[in-house]
Amino acid sequence: MKKNNLKAWLYLLPAILFLGVFMVYPLIDVCFYSLEENYQSIAQTYTGVGLGNFGHVLSDPFFIQALKNTLILVAITVPVSTGISLLIALGLSSIKTLKKAFQTIYFLPYVTNTLAVGLVFMILFARTEYTDGLINALISSLGYDMVDFINGPYWAKMLVTCLYTVWIVMPFKILILTSALASVNQDYYKAAKVDGASSGRIFRKITLPMISPTVFYLVITGFIGAFKAYSDEVALFGVNLNEAGMNTIVGYVYDMLYSDKGGYPGYAAAAALILFAIVFTITYINLKFSRNKVQYM
Amino acid sequence: MKVVLENLTKCFPSRNKKGTEVIAVNNFNFEIPDGKLIGLLGPSGCGKSTTLNLISGLETPTKGKIYFGDQDVTNLPPEERGVGLVFQNYALYPHMTVEENIIFPLQNLKGAQKMSKEAMHQKAVETAKLVQLDGLMERKPKELSGGQQQRVAIARALVKIPKVLLLDEPLSNLDARLRLQTREELRRIQRETGVTTIFVTHDQEEAMSISDLIIVMKDGVVHQIGKPQDVYDEPANLFVAQFLGTPQINVFHGEVKNEKLYIGEEDVLDVPGRKDMPVWVGIRPEGFVPDANEGRMTCQMDRVEVMGRDVSVVSTHPQMTGRSIRSIVSAENKFDPDQKTVRFNLKPYKVFLFDKESEERV
Repeated sequence: MKKNNLKAWLYLLPAILFLGVFMVYPLIDVCFYSLEENYQSIAQTYTGVGLGNFGHVLSDPFFIQALKNTLILVAITVPVSTGISLLIALGLSSIKTLKKAFQTIYFLPYVTNTLAVGLVFMILFARTEYTDGLINALISSLGYDMVDFINGPYWAKMLVTCLYTVWIVMPFKILILTSALASVNQDYYKAAKVDGASSGRIFRKITLPMISPTVFYLVITGFIGAFKAYSDEVALFGVNLNEAGMNTIVGYVYDMLYSDKGGYPGYAAAAALILFAIVFTITYINLKFSRNKVQYM
Repeated sequence: MKVVLENLTKCFPSRNKKGTEVIAVNNFNFEIPDGKLIGLLGPSGCGKSTTLNLISGLETPTKGKIYFGDQDVTNLPPEERGVGLVFQNYALYPHMTVEENIIFPLQNLKGAQKMSKEAMHQKAVETAKLVQLDGLMERKPKELSGGQQQRVAIARALVKIPKVLLLDEPLSNLDARLRLQTREELRRIQRETGVTTIFVTHDQEEAMSISDLIIVMKDGVVHQIGKPQDVYDEPANLFVAQFLGTPQINVFHGEVKNEKLYIGEEDVLDVPGRKDMPVWVGIRPEGFVPDANEGRMTCQMDRVEVMGRDVSVVSTHPQMTGRSIRSIVSAENKFDPDQKTVRFNLKPYKVFLFDKESEERV
């Protein structure tokens, strides 16, 4: 038994080493940074230990804006993307002709570079000196006022961000949901049909409970992914997100460390820990809620 | 409710490039009388499950019509036919309790048929009692044994009081002892409810033991329909004779000459009024009567298997088609383990003659 244990530890060693150096140590370090007030990275000195960094971050209007942006993004994109993905997956699993073609098309965004997608969205939405953008051309042809989606009002920028995020996260969800739907035994559907259930009822009473573990997995990873949003915003609005008013929490952390006004690892660490606390709480609530709703066969 | 099948045919498109259609059910004609238990019997791939799916409405026939009573249901979807279907794997909804499973069909009722919660519960309890499930209503399917799951499936199929109850290989997932018990149970439930019931099986013993009528199918074609004993005693053709009965019927090359039946050189049986022709001779295992001195059929002794009440004599004959001949005789007959040959007389009503070409009974 003991010998086996040793062997097992040996097998785990590479992973433990790697995770220890690059994950666990930095995590602990972040906790220390967050408590060291007025830390100077060059001199490596600090004036005291306390919650000052948290206080500063929570009263920083840029952080409040980033927090607000992130929460709106999460609240809109997670349910919308999961819902639309479910509809598309249901559609895909009920058609026969061109199924493979549609599956490929829906999966394309997944293998496309974020910045390339951002460029496409720019072409669609941005107004420059030379063009109003495809969407604005459409809007004006319908007789409405044009909107600058990239440099215009807040709601327009948020709308584009949400569209972008939903579009980019859907392929993975569709893929997972399609395979979840395919793994449901067809006999359940036949039985339900013979039992006289309408297709709406079959979906609510049979399909949804059967794939609920998958849906739940997608919701949790969706929440976590949306809270970590950053690159999508950069792709749309460039690196100066504070100026655009479209910063996210991760963006704020990055700015505090590396941007022109950066160099405050204490604030960055505090913001990162606040984000962690939020994600942890949301995931905990999700797990609690799902205990009664998710069916594990 | 009687069920009428009229020229029922189901073709499936071919999967290979040659484009030959697969005919799963070929021109099925039969009127299933009201309130009977029917066994649909045949080897796997014979079209019996397809027939069941056609009756349930899960498949639509290529040709032909299906009537429940006088109503033509050929083009009705399954939910409007009022059938109960029990799947081979039961298909119980794993996330619902036993009661929720049983109630599910009732909750689907619409319009005037809609029931109150109380009434549905009442009905579920009644049905559960019928299949002896009371006390298990709060369990999930995975917390039940195979036999109990089976009964939940039957209860779910029965709760709406279907016009026809259909069972697809209902006993094949149970172990041998439970299978015996459950088939008695099935018979009892069918008697108590009086619902016309059709069940599919490849196990001839199962079909024979509980059915009022059995339908023997092969390659989509109905070979014989009748009461189990009649089909066993008067098989219509060689296939039916071979398919029914354990141990299997023994088949020999034979010939009718001068109103005598010859197997090899010996005339084993008088067959008055028969034309001279080469035939297949089918002899049921219980059709052999050992007679050491007068026996007209001589076989090479192989071994004797003792089964207590009976003994099974395993012997060989040059004209046989199988590997050996199995005859079941009373244990009162004594055999010398060293004897080289064994001689039998044949019971005429246990011997069937089939045409060499068509394999039809002659």
